[in-house]
Amino acid sequence: MKFAVLVFPGSNCDHDCYHALKHVVGVETSFVWHKEESLAGFDGVVIPGGFSYGDYLRCGAIARFSPIMKAVETFAREGGSVIGICNGFQILVEAGLLPGALIRNRGLKFICADVSLRVETTGTPYTAEFRKGEVLTMPIAHAEGNYVADPETLEKLKRNDQVVFRYCDAQGNATDAANPNGAMDNIAGIVSERRNVLGMMPHPDRCAEEILGGGDGLRLFRSMVGSLSESRV
Amino acid sequence: MAFDAAVEMTEEIAARHGLSAEEYGRIVGHLGRAPNITELGIFSVMWSEHCSYKSSRVHLKRFPTTGPRVIQGPGENAGAVDIGGGLAAVFKMESHNHPSFIEPYQGAATGVGGILRDVFTMGARPIASLDSLRFGPLTDPRHRTLLEGVVAGISGYGNCIGVPTVGGELFCHPSYAGNILVNVFTLGIAKADRLFRGTASGVGNPVIYVGSRTGRDGIHGATMASAEFDDESDQKRPTVQVGDPFTEKLLLEACLELMSMDMIVGIQDMGAAGLTSSSCEMAGRAGTGIELWLEKVPRREPGMTPYELMLSESQERMLIVAKAGRETEVMEIFEKWDLPVAVVGRVTESGTLRVMDGGRLAAEIPVRALTDEAPVYNRPIARPSEQEERNRLDSSDLPEPAAEPADYGRVLKTLLAVPGIAHKGWVVRQYDHMVRTNTVVRPGSDAAVIRIKGTRKGLALSVDCNSRYCWLDPRMGGALAVAEAARNISCAGGTPLAVTDCLNFGSPERPETMWQFSEAVDGISEACAALGTPVVSGNVSFYNETNGAGIYPTPMIAMVGLLEDIDKRAQQGFRKEGDAIILLGETLGRLGGSEYLAAIHGLERGAPPALDLDLEKRVQAACREAIRAGLVSSAHDASDGGLAVALAESCLSGPDPIGARVDLPNPDGARADEVLFGEAASRIILSVPEGKIAEVEAVARRHEVPIARIGKVGGEKLEISAAGQGLVSEAVAGLDDAWRNALARQLGVSE
Amino acid sequence: MKAKVYVTLKTGVLDPQGKAVEQALHALGFKEVGDVRIGKYLEIALNGATREDAEKRVREMCEKLLANLIIEDYRLEIVP
Repeated sequence: MKFAVLVFPGSNCDHDCYHALKHVVGVETSFVWHKEESLAGFDGVVIPGGFSYGDYLRCGAIARFSPIMKAVETFAREGGSVIGICNGFQILVEAGLLPGALIRNRGLKFICADVSLRVETTGTPYTAEFRKGEVLTMPIAHAEGNYVADPETLEKLKRNDQVVFRYCDAQGNATDAANPNGAMDNIAGIVSERRNVLGMMPHPDRCAEEILGGGDGLRLFRSMVGSLSESRV
Repeated sequence: MAFDAAVEMTEEIAARHGLSAEEYGRIVGHLGRAPNITELGIFSVMWSEHCSYKSSRVHLKRFPTTGPRVIQGPGENAGAVDIGGGLAAVFKMESHNHPSFIEPYQGAATGVGGILRDVFTMGARPIASLDSLRFGPLTDPRHRTLLEGVVAGISGYGNCIGVPTVGGELFCHPSYAGNILVNVFTLGIAKADRLFRGTASGVGNPVIYVGSRTGRDGIHGATMASAEFDDESDQKRPTVQVGDPFTEKLLLEACLELMSMDMIVGIQDMGAAGLTSSSCEMAGRAGTGIELWLEKVPRREPGMTPYELMLSESQERMLIVAKAGRETEVMEIFEKWDLPVAVVGRVTESGTLRVMDGGRLAAEIPVRALTDEAPVYNRPIARPSEQEERNRLDSSDLPEPAAEPADYGRVLKTLLAVPGIAHKGWVVRQYDHMVRTNTVVRPGSDAAVIRIKGTRKGLALSVDCNSRYCWLDPRMGGALAVAEAARNISCAGGTPLAVTDCLNFGSPERPETMWQFSEAVDGISEACAALGTPVVSGNVSFYNETNGAGIYPTPMIAMVGLLEDIDKRAQQGFRKEGDAIILLGETLGRLGGSEYLAAIHGLERGAPPALDLDLEKRVQAACREAIRAGLVSSAHDASDGGLAVALAESCLSGPDPIGARVDLPNPDGARADEVLFGEAASRIILSVPEGKIAEVEAVARRHEVPIARIGKVGGEKLEISAAGQGLVSEAVAGLDDAWRNALARQLGVSE
Repeated sequence: MKAKVYVTLKTGVLDPQGKAVEQALHALGFKEVGDVRIGKYLEIALNGATREDAEKRVREMCEKLLANLIIEDYRLEIVP
């Protein structure tokens, strides 16, 4: 089993994702430079956080035209596992692989803090190890994580059980006070209709080891690896 | 700047470049002729206080700068210490005070950019930053705006490039109302035997320019940073540079890739004074000369003159001396990262800086005249006459201690809301303090702790300076800053290794300022020598004054410490109900120079706490030993605000706020406010599980450290009494609100 | 030839920056201020194209990169 961590100019969580997958989860992982055109030989793709192209114009807007993104589209269309974290999520929505958009936080400021997340569905390859309704703790670190979508899209996301994580309080209530960035419906992460492409603002890569203060990210990565192993049998 | 080469040189033009008549005479002497305008510009930046350290050099020599772990001391882009396992910690601190006052966002952002380049120029990957900020009172809307802008700038740059800002400090005081301080520290990790230096050796080697194209920004930033502000400063706005963290990120990755191969002999950041200082300093260190071909310099704007190209402070640029024959490979790496790159000159044996512009000679100056032979001043020193008066604090000066416990509760809440003490959540939430996944102790404890992946080691980082102490007694203040920074490291479980400093003072032309400076250097030197923490890099920022009013002397000290086993660490917050609270060090503090007198009674006087460096060392050693033996649940330095504030901070900064019940000894019947809020050096508050108390006591005995068992963690109130007399009884929730929401409240923003 | 491109948030999409500016203007006493929306303005120098061609190409640029049509609208002008 082999994972690709994409590297765009300005990616800065590439090393963090690589470390979590390779050294913590223990799966084979390689960096893939954005000018590459193929993902042959990979079983999963991680689009890491950071500031691809400086977040200039709009977050993710320029990166989505990098040569590797054509390969990501094909990979996703064929059912391959793709996870976009933070800036990776922004790239995925800009590329149209996930619906909606991510705009400036309602408080206008960058926020780096632990947040509580409610698991909304276990029916994805990324959440198999969780329980539905379980409250996770993960860090966020972004200035543009405010998820927006038109009412039809939002309705469709809900109908298809595509909302994966919602911001919530410690008791699991998705309140407005627990919403750090103003995201519609407290949405923190969504999955594609085929359930193979996950985009999320929180950072599982930052909570994959107890020494960093938590292990919920590790469980997410392990779910992903576990689902891939099963599907290969 | 509308100068051209035909301009006839006058002393008046020299004066506009910040050069005295005497200095202009020396330039003419060095050249044997009048300089042209480009040459004058080059001299003015190289001889500025910022680049030449002309007023501070004679004093800085007194710093202890060597030690068994020192790989690189002062004089390079950054200092480096051996942390074992073949690794070096590379670090430095710098000021960006003046630019931040004029344009807070860009000033602070480019300050971060500059210090990052200083570190990765050495071949180290930056893994953590700290910042130390000083503003005027936040009741002044201008300073609220400045604080917001500076924090946004640090966040904008540091977050984008992906280097976590893991801590720092913040202090507000009227002395900074006309001159804010923005000091930024960065630490990187390198292989100890793969450090790069800024040297231009090897005659014939190509000089390569990489990074952003050169524009007209920042021309004369270096001389601006060395001149006092006056009311016309707003007109100096065009000299402020704009940062591009994205380009810096590419530059960082490209440089580290380049350095992993054997292609270059030297590299230096084009920081203050850009192309001029980088080329001169590299040639100066190697004893060579450099010839530059300006027509090859990548540029952003047409029609730039040699004067502008040599003095531009456009950001995100580096100068590299490559091995002859490797040019193409070097250029290929930068092209991969989409960065402008060009061969712009070569190393010569001439010992001169020769600047050619399309075949025309634009400047020719002996390198030594710009570096080693730059002016050095032993400026007059005079102890301020009011010093005696400042240090006098009679009992008759002291206000009546309060009568009722409720009053002390209110005082405690007021102190917890002082910006220097208040919870810094509003600030650190804006900094990405977790990227790179090494931050093991996040901002909000005495020291941040960063792990070194692939090892068991960790590094503890802290920055400190109590400028009120320094104003009252600069020598003691300097020593106390070192002691506190080291104590913070020890409270995290780290062994203090070395120091970088940023010495912020008023005008060196004022003998009283030079006295403060000289005294502070002595105090820092004494403490560094005693604690075994050499100064390996640093920065001096003079002329921090507006309309003749100088800032409080602010010698900022950043300390780096080593944890051999990162699992043996501590934080400042109480963690367990029932733990005993133990005080290492003397029980009773003093009110002189205290936060209590300043914040509650508007009195800034008295002598700062005395410092017994031998006791300091023993207290820290005992604390580290207790942490490493796994005997403590928390450790916290008791500094600003005394024991009451330190106890409250420990109650509030654990995983969940928790109460405590404390009885402080008071054998000599000292005033209640002195018992609660008096300040002293060398004090650490530990929380210790019941079963480990005897062992901690044994550790303290072995180190001959005073130890007192003063209370117990638990409950929902912080209750403090002195010799049985109740003084403070406050609900933790109320204290938490006073402390946690103070900054947001003072800034008029909601969290 | 030059293109002037204005990119603005679609009506109905929350504009947190605009909201903040609106509140700041109110605080400064500009009570007449209603809704404030912040957008982007781009100037693009164009080489050797007819006006018609230029407009078509810039429209393409907008739809492909410069605006995110999920949340943004654009408007353009071609000037000599």
